Amino acid sequence: MESIGVLMICPMNSYLEQELDKRFKLFRYWNIPQTQQFLKENSNSIRAVVGNSMAGADAQLIESLPKLEIVSSFSVGLDKIDLNKCKEKGIRVTNTPDVLTEDVADLAIGLMLAVLRRLCECDRYVRKGLWKTGDFKLTTKFTGKSVGIIGLGRIGTAIAKRAEAFDCPISYYSRSEKADTNYKYYPSVIDLASNCQILVVACSLTPETRHIINREVIDALGPKGVLINIGRGPHVDEAELLSALVEGRLGGAGLDVFENEPEAPEELFGLDNVVLLPHVGSGTIETRTAMADLVLGNLEAHFLNKPLLTPVV
Amino acid sequence: MASIVLYLNNSAKDITFPLLEDRFQFLNPNTSSDSSFSSLAGTVRILLCVANSPVNSETLDKYPSLECVVGSTTGLNHIDLAECRRRGIRVTNAGDAFADDAADYAVGLLIDTLRRISAADRFVRAGSWAVKGLFPLSYKVWGKRVGIAGMGSIGRRISKRLQAFGCSIAYNSRKPKANISFPFYASVQELASNVDILVVCLALTNETRHIITRDVMKALGKEGIIVNIGRGSLIDEKEMVKLLVKGEIGGAGLDVFENEPVVPQELYALGNVVLSPHRGGAVPESLLRLQEIMIANIEAFFANKPLLSEIELE
Repeated sequence: MESIGVLMICPMNSYLEQELDKRFKLFRYWNIPQTQQFLKENSNSIRAVVGNSMAGADAQLIESLPKLEIVSSFSVGLDKIDLNKCKEKGIRVTNTPDVLTEDVADLAIGLMLAVLRRLCECDRYVRKGLWKTGDFKLTTKFTGKSVGIIGLGRIGTAIAKRAEAFDCPISYYSRSEKADTNYKYYPSVIDLASNCQILVVACSLTPETRHIINREVIDALGPKGVLINIGRGPHVDEAELLSALVEGRLGGAGLDVFENEPEAPEELFGLDNVVLLPHVGSGTIETRTAMADLVLGNLEAHFLNKPLLTPVV
Repeated sequence: MASIVLYLNNSAKDITFPLLEDRFQFLNPNTSSDSSFSSLAGTVRILLCVANSPVNSETLDKYPSLECVVGSTTGLNHIDLAECRRRGIRVTNAGDAFADDAADYAVGLLIDTLRRISAADRFVRAGSWAVKGLFPLSYKVWGKRVGIAGMGSIGRRISKRLQAFGCSIAYNSRKPKANISFPFYASVQELASNVDILVVCLALTNETRHIITRDVMKALGKEGIIVNIGRGSLIDEKEMVKLLVKGEIGGAGLDVFENEPVVPQELYALGNVVLSPHRGGAVPESLLRLQEIMIANIEAFFANKPLLSEIELE
């Protein structure tokens, strides 16, 4: 398979990169100064694209790769891939579901605890030598707080299970009510936000869910409410979020994702009631290795005419 | 006759208990005038110990009619319990006032340490994400083996929470607990040898001082993590700092230290260490609950009824 051209869109994982390099003819898109030129010259040898949550395969790229057979995403989210275009052209698409569910759910709860109990702020307080001047203030209780989950899929369900262990009542919003759950369903995000103290975004990003967290939802969540985003940056109207946090209309936020990664709004850096993470939801050694193995496994299966491991299209 | 309670605050903390001030008459050695104080000192039967105000033989000698000490903390290492026992003085603590919040905090510190939450937050705030790119990979929480040193009311709550993260639980305490089905290890050394994460929530006594030795920490291994929400002196802090600096254990989440508020400066540079200024129980609801428990203890005492959160003195 060493002659099969694989285009890796951006740096994402050195183990994955090394393995792709060993097994295929790897092109590193981010190192190419003149991409138009490169695509003209190499499009006939590129049969696979490997993308992630930051960059994947949009219509333009797909059109410029006539020999493209498979897009294998190093992510579970598919918002950076033009799925309709892939379907149209018979291009297979795979992602990395399940292997990252636990990590993302662990981090969602970690963010809740970090925001409510001010873990990062406490750590800063100690490191600045301020403990010698006096005790840090009281923080906010987590046990028993009501948690509202947008999207009760694999990740949303895993978050719910963990929050239940802290006696948190669980409610959710999704496109349709789930039959096999005892959690309270709300038919709109505003209803959900009005009835919970911690709101978690755990749905996939589609045109319908873009800015699902808007000013109305933020106001419904309120000055004691906390927003946790482990979905995608564009789920949240970031400008509205910022002004709500600065003005005290929202109590706090734990954010792993932003509209324009790796840029996070600098205005957030000075706020004490937020925790800001550089999209590390699945960023553990164990999980990224498992994700990489899925990407490699899917590519190999495809080129050996075997069933794909985790096909989406 | 109003219920007189000796209010002892020789801690560095400026704490008040408004709910108690309405109900009881406080006798405060720091503020009472000499004349009224000396007559009452001989007859006062119950003492409220604020924060970690020391209660030792010298204290007890001043109040010969004392029958009960009401603590306002979970840990009572600042009270000479052996001396209380010798004098037939009963002691109560904060009961479960801080238990849920301490358990939440332990889990939060654990996740923060393994997943590098505080370190990653610093990375973003420094503007490094856009410049340096990918933040280094951290360690999975799900499925890790957790050892709880001290399976009291806090240890139990920590276990319940961590099970939801797929963690397996094992524990050490002085004796196996009748209604706990997790594997029991007779020593912290054995416990540490069989887990990935050690959570310390023991009471600090003469027997448990520095119970977490260098050998115990080394048994956790290079990727092992220690979380301490008990008391700083449960761990040999000097040895722990050396091991962390040399990378011989994987990291630590610490809410307590041997000499608070002093924190070893060598820890400041470490990204695998989370530092916290003893805030494990510090939420408004727990302070409210604490006052309810102290009121219940004091009222029970004066009514000759069983105390709510009496500690068994050995």
